[in-house]
Amino acid sequence: MKKFGGPAFVLDRSDINTDEIIPARYLTENSKEALAPHLLEDLNLDGFDPRDEKLRQARAIVTRGNFGCGSSREHAVWVFEKNNIDLVVAESFARIFRQNMFNCGMLAVELPKEDIDAIIALGPDLTLAVDLEKNVLMAQGSHKASFAFALNPFDRELVRAGGWLAFADAHY
Amino acid sequence: MGQTIAEKIFAAHRRDTPTPDNAVLNLDVVLAHEITTPIAINDLVARGMDRVFDSAKIKAVIDHVTPSKDSKTATQGKILRDWARRHQIKDFFDIGANGVCHALFPEKGFIRPGYTVIMGDSHTCTHGAFGAFAAGVGTTDLEVGILKGVCSFRRPETIKMAITGKLADGVYAKDVILFIIKTLTVNGATDKILEFVGPVVDAMSMEARMTLCNMAIEAGATCGICLPDRTTAAYLWPFIQGDYASVDAAVADFRQWHSDPDAGYASTMALDISGLEPQVTYGFKPDEVKDVTTMAGTRVDQVYIGSCTNGRIEDLREAARILAGRRIAATVRGILSPATPKVYVRALEEGIIKTFMEAGFCVTNPTCGACLGMSNGVLAAGEVCASTTNRNFNGRMGKGGMVHLMSPATAAATAVAGVITDPRPCLRQAKEAKL
Repeated sequence: MKKFGGPAFVLDRSDINTDEIIPARYLTENSKEALAPHLLEDLNLDGFDPRDEKLRQARAIVTRGNFGCGSSREHAVWVFEKNNIDLVVAESFARIFRQNMFNCGMLAVELPKEDIDAIIALGPDLTLAVDLEKNVLMAQGSHKASFAFALNPFDRELVRAGGWLAFADAHY
Repeated sequence: MGQTIAEKIFAAHRRDTPTPDNAVLNLDVVLAHEITTPIAINDLVARGMDRVFDSAKIKAVIDHVTPSKDSKTATQGKILRDWARRHQIKDFFDIGANGVCHALFPEKGFIRPGYTVIMGDSHTCTHGAFGAFAAGVGTTDLEVGILKGVCSFRRPETIKMAITGKLADGVYAKDVILFIIKTLTVNGATDKILEFVGPVVDAMSMEARMTLCNMAIEAGATCGICLPDRTTAAYLWPFIQGDYASVDAAVADFRQWHSDPDAGYASTMALDISGLEPQVTYGFKPDEVKDVTTMAGTRVDQVYIGSCTNGRIEDLREAARILAGRRIAATVRGILSPATPKVYVRALEEGIIKTFMEAGFCVTNPTCGACLGMSNGVLAAGEVCASTTNRNFNGRMGKGGMVHLMSPATAAATAVAGVITDPRPCLRQAKEAKL
């Protein structure tokens, strides 16, 4: 199965919505690649700069509750994908965003608040790795820590298949 | 144990059960618009899978930016239009016949009790007003829906929301749903279905029920849902009269979908809305809601009346009650966008368009446009809009702009005053003038 993880970027706020991840003014693009420069362009978060070099290097996002709420736009998932980010670790997700992640063969991991606190406490130089066989997330920052997570078996199937289209085409 | 309406719909449409917690459902209707569908179409073409599962079950509309505003939006329209022609999708609505999807499709009778419906649009939950399971999905779900006629969902857990009391004049379904979102918070119903029941819902028109269900997503819900009844049957009658001997027969048949008395719910909430004031949002989240009297006096630059939430004929009528014989403030730009051509024509016939225009409103063609900051009323940085739409996210109607969500009556009263205003005194005056 695909490997998930790498340098992680922290967005320490709840309820980050899809308009913040990719504003509607870019929804007139008909290619996923054209979205890439606009990642998190309208994010309302103190001290955040969408041009931050660390964000450009990131392969994973760590964030709080209800991530990806709002619109159904899969553009909010593609804009991460086209920035080479295919893992989002959050306290919780909005349903459609979470489904869009798995439908694209990407990984949305939910952890309790204490675990997210602990990951953020590892500091800004954070790297994540995922063991999908053992359902464990390994975090390396100021020190090492690991966190067990649960994954819906069907979502795991979608990741294994490389997304919902591939799964559905094989099964239905 | 009995079943909820959602469980009954799932049982009737189940195609597969990949795990005990997941269901793959057969779809009755797949809806499409020009923002989220073209990438699905392009992808299917690129994969050599440019097929549709059933052209009669796919309905498409160009509604978000129409008429097109630039080459990019023209291209989106063209991709959808060419695809609809290529696959002989006869229910395709283009300029002259197009309107905001969640107002247009119900008007055409496409949504029926017990149906499963998806669309690449989060406000698809609107259609639950008809006793359907209707969910917003992303482009990949839409793509699979178009190709295979199926979609996967988690087991449908339901929150039962029993609404009792009596709505005061000047207080509407919009105020009820804003208050519900405030109560539940923006993720209080995530992965849940919100089933709206009780005498207040029973007394609501289909238009009001659509407003109620439309914003279920703002509490995170997969779908809002109302039990189909005589009001549903009467609304759908022009489309179902060939199927039933009488409205009574339709009502009796619809009852098969009603939740059983012993159905299991994730939770049950009781809400007495007697004494509820008009509600207005204040922040960048739809659960940041206050009474209008607390928000009164907040300056606005623009008032927008329209959208899938509140662009239907009843909404326009309520706003017109306030605007009749009045002028909007000189500091305010008023924009009315009737949600569909049918609403527009009806509003013309009833003199409502004249009332709006004489009050100083601009009237646009039916389109989603300004609601998501795409066209026809985008805000400049620092500007404030009183809006009958559904999202007050930071920058939603234009980067740096602020949105206050409210009912059409509150928006109309606000347009007249130039600051957020309680509509109830205006409505009382209008009533007394009539007497």
